[in-house]
Amino acid sequence: MRAIFWGLGSDGTVGANKNSIKIIGEETKNYAQGYFVYDSKKSGSVTTSHLRFGPNPIHAPYLIEQASFIACHQFSFLERVNVLKSAMPGGVFLLNSPYGPEEVWQYLPCEVQQDLINKQLHFYVVDALKVAKESGMGGRINTVMQTCFFAISGVLPRDQAIAHIKESIKKSYGKRGDAVVKQNWQAIDQTLANLYEVKVSKEVTAVLTRRPTVPAQAPSFIHRVLAPMIAGDGDMLPVSALPVDGTYPSGTTQWEKRNIGLEVPAWETDLCIQCGKCAFVCPHAVIRQKVYDPAYLQDAPATFLSVPAHYKEFPGMQYSLQVSPEDCTGCGLCVEACPAKDKSMVSRKAINMVEQPPVREREKTNWEFFLTLPEVDRTQLHLTTIKNSQLMEPLFEFSGACSGCGETPYVKLVSQLFGDRTVVANATGCSSIYGGNLPTTPWSINQEGRGPAWSNSLFEDNAEFGLGMRVSLDQKMAYAQEVLPHFVAQLGEELVQALLTADQSSEAGIKAQRERVAELKEKLAWSDAPLAYDLLSVADALVRKSVWIIGGDGWAYDIGYGGLDHVLASGRNVKVLILDTEVYSNTGGQASKSTPRAAVAKFAASGKGLAKKDLGMLAMSYGYVYVARVAMGASDQQTLNAFLEAEAYDGPALIIAYSHCIAHGIEMRKGLEQQKLAVQSGLWPLYRYNPALIDQGKNPLILDSKEPSVPLETYAYNETRYRMLLQSDEGRAKQLMQEAKQDVVSHWKHYQQMVALFEPDEAAQDKENTHA
Amino acid sequence: MPDLTTSYLGLSLKNPLVASASPLSKKIDSVQRLEEAGASAIVMYSLFEEQINHESRELDHFLNRGSHSYAEAISYFPDMTYYNMGVSAYLKHLEMVKRMVSIPVIGSLNGVSPGTWVEYAKQIEDAGADALELNIYYLPTDPILSSAALEESYVELVRNVRSEIKIPLALKLSPFFTSLPAIARRFVQAGADGLVLFNRFYQPDFDLENLEVVPNLELSNSSDLRLPLRWIAILYGRIETDFALTSGVHSHQDVIKAMMAGAKVVMLASELLAHGIGRLTELRRDLENWLEENEYSSIRQMQGSMSQKSVAEPAAFERANYLRALNTFDAYHY
Repeated sequence: MRAIFWGLGSDGTVGANKNSIKIIGEETKNYAQGYFVYDSKKSGSVTTSHLRFGPNPIHAPYLIEQASFIACHQFSFLERVNVLKSAMPGGVFLLNSPYGPEEVWQYLPCEVQQDLINKQLHFYVVDALKVAKESGMGGRINTVMQTCFFAISGVLPRDQAIAHIKESIKKSYGKRGDAVVKQNWQAIDQTLANLYEVKVSKEVTAVLTRRPTVPAQAPSFIHRVLAPMIAGDGDMLPVSALPVDGTYPSGTTQWEKRNIGLEVPAWETDLCIQCGKCAFVCPHAVIRQKVYDPAYLQDAPATFLSVPAHYKEFPGMQYSLQVSPEDCTGCGLCVEACPAKDKSMVSRKAINMVEQPPVREREKTNWEFFLTLPEVDRTQLHLTTIKNSQLMEPLFEFSGACSGCGETPYVKLVSQLFGDRTVVANATGCSSIYGGNLPTTPWSINQEGRGPAWSNSLFEDNAEFGLGMRVSLDQKMAYAQEVLPHFVAQLGEELVQALLTADQSSEAGIKAQRERVAELKEKLAWSDAPLAYDLLSVADALVRKSVWIIGGDGWAYDIGYGGLDHVLASGRNVKVLILDTEVYSNTGGQASKSTPRAAVAKFAASGKGLAKKDLGMLAMSYGYVYVARVAMGASDQQTLNAFLEAEAYDGPALIIAYSHCIAHGIEMRKGLEQQKLAVQSGLWPLYRYNPALIDQGKNPLILDSKEPSVPLETYAYNETRYRMLLQSDEGRAKQLMQEAKQDVVSHWKHYQQMVALFEPDEAAQDKENTHA
Repeated sequence: MPDLTTSYLGLSLKNPLVASASPLSKKIDSVQRLEEAGASAIVMYSLFEEQINHESRELDHFLNRGSHSYAEAISYFPDMTYYNMGVSAYLKHLEMVKRMVSIPVIGSLNGVSPGTWVEYAKQIEDAGADALELNIYYLPTDPILSSAALEESYVELVRNVRSEIKIPLALKLSPFFTSLPAIARRFVQAGADGLVLFNRFYQPDFDLENLEVVPNLELSNSSDLRLPLRWIAILYGRIETDFALTSGVHSHQDVIKAMMAGAKVVMLASELLAHGIGRLTELRRDLENWLEENEYSSIRQMQGSMSQKSVAEPAAFERANYLRALNTFDAYHY
């Protein structure tokens, strides 16, 4: 027997299939084989399980091409994936469907109807979500679908199969408590009463067709190369279709409309105070705001929302906040961040979650119109406020990161603040997977066609990789400056001098330099002097670039630490952003040196017994490294200040950013609240150490958070990583918690002493003042 | 030396000071200290079935989430070989407490479904509890649910548990019954050996800055004593059962008042949480002194002496008391 199961990562399909293999392999005389195909997404990922069973040894090291049993565990797949392409004539198709046996036919796309008829498939439906929900299982439909598989396939007698499934659930989950076993068993018991065979019609009656993988207007490369990958047919692409140098076009996630958010935010114009906090925290850049001339509203769709803008820089302009419904993952962080509540009903905020399907088409049209509105002129805004920062176009959008990811809002912020002059060296880890994995790329381009340059090297050398980028950019600039004086005749003294002495500390200054470089290129375009070719090849380096070295704590604290230390010590102008989840998130939550004491992680299953490494303090010890510790859920303004200061500092900078993560075992929607508690409990003090302040006679170290005011337990025991130790080894949990609390106290004292230590010497200053 | 002994639910106790269900019973060492300080019995913290189920489901949810959905991370947590979850953790702790102290230990239970109330009650009995206190902490919010129906389900519950266990059974009540004497009588008829008056509901508060409803746990004070005091005084002699007074016992005077109203024991938590377990020793000494000074030979002598049936003016406990209180207030303030 050959079976293929289409599932969502979150519905437990793969886990149930592994369990089925065990049952069949152990309880029958059959041989069993399983292979599981995953996509590269961390939210809404599609899994395909290929299972073979039979009385003879199985020698089939390849995916199933002809399946006698196909199960589709998510109804929504039918409109975007060809789930029946491998169905054998006369086989079985099991569908998890919200529609019963009498009505389901009319909701099937015509391609599915056609396959069911042509291949004469036996068609079954079960409303697995209903059964799972009624049993208290939420969206985990795995045991329901597993029971259906055994019931239909007849691999084992029904009663025997059900007994084995129940037994294995007790064995696997019994230790987590009776309630868990009971709800699974209840789901199994309710399954068969909800499983129906559907009479397949003789003719196709559907009006619906499967949606194209990418919209028709997508560029040719997307259609030719990326669309087959998105559809799961990447293996069929010839090698010749792939870019020879490994360079892929950026800004391609916009073509992969995944529609995975069951709910999306809706804007309430009457309550909104235009603070920009929702856009600031959005992990997928699906909430955006624009300020524009009212004249643009002439062509607006009737349902497009717009209100007068509350920006002192933009009198008489209109403001819109718009959501991209097809790219939103439904995490709800925006709602949590929204500070505006209805005075008559406090549950209604300026942004609230609503069901996606009813608003999808309407908001899709509005989103498309919103994209046609012009972006704000970057030179006209001070970026020092949250609301202004969120008028900057994000050039990092719609990644495959987890719904509610705590890392991506920081990455997105870099792309907004430093825009198309950002150059990123990305360490391997979550950020390299959602940042640059196939099929599509979230790093994007602006209306001028420019965007950040991004590359991923290895885990162990990312800091050096970024330093190389800096050195080569500096070298190019130095060479351009060296040869520029040779072109005074062609370019004019004034242009050459301006190019050499440009003040690029502001967006306006950078824009002016860009214009000069454009003028240089134009004037030298027809020159055939070898030196002119040289200058043209490096002229872009005359525009200030911002080099960001980005990665997680596994890279920065552990595997890449030697290199990171070397790069910080070099004194070069590189910016380091550590997305600190306190574990190796990408590989499943292994402990790093950033893992805090008392938290459970893989390789620290009995709770980490030692304190988290204070990387910020190590970097600070150089004296010339800008260091900031931030948590946007605790203080978005401090986060913004840190990013701006780090970039402005002419030297190495390090930002350690608290990033909540699914490996913490929290509801991701509460991620910002946990960040706040981390700071309030003193576990994550916020500070900025800015060496530039020393020259100004100021204290370089600023403690941005207040003295710990919340017990550490209040923060920690909201998280499974701490709580599970309490549940498995209470004595050790309490002992480690006690020690962790002492860490908090001693760290806080230490920071306070550091602030005092860095206080400028008043006497020295007085003396200096007298001399002046 | 006056005799402080009393009896409650058929248990002979060396004094009327019982430690009520509180976090103090979660630690073995504090349970031992309670005994050393003079507590005559201990009510264990409550086993909340809903909380146990919630914890199990939550653990399962977070351990499963994200698993088997991405090739490089099949799971995000190590799965332990053992979790101290569910009713077994409570039972194990109860067994340990029983081993460590010689005073009676009373189990406390708050269930969800009729089946589990009974199941857990038996398990608590098997674990060695000397008695069981049912904590019927339920806040009805459904307008369709009538008080009669709710009362009937409570009575049914008491009947079911009573028929399944042999140890004494007490019922901890809230004050929110339309006719407390009537329901108290039904509970006793259904098999309750004692009534604990009253359960304190922690009322949530509003945070005006963030416009949020926030939990608010406030310890009791002596003025909270009045409500159970009045009702025990009214019920004493009318309902043949043992009364325990809980809420608002902070001084030896409070203990004496409770005894005079008709309680067999008082139950303390707030006073011990606020001022330490050592307060028990002080209360016991003060109680003894007061009895001596006022020439009482025993606690039993005063039990029920100021119940409604025993006082000269029974109306003081009824509506007349309300009118008099208002008149006194007017005379005093205006």
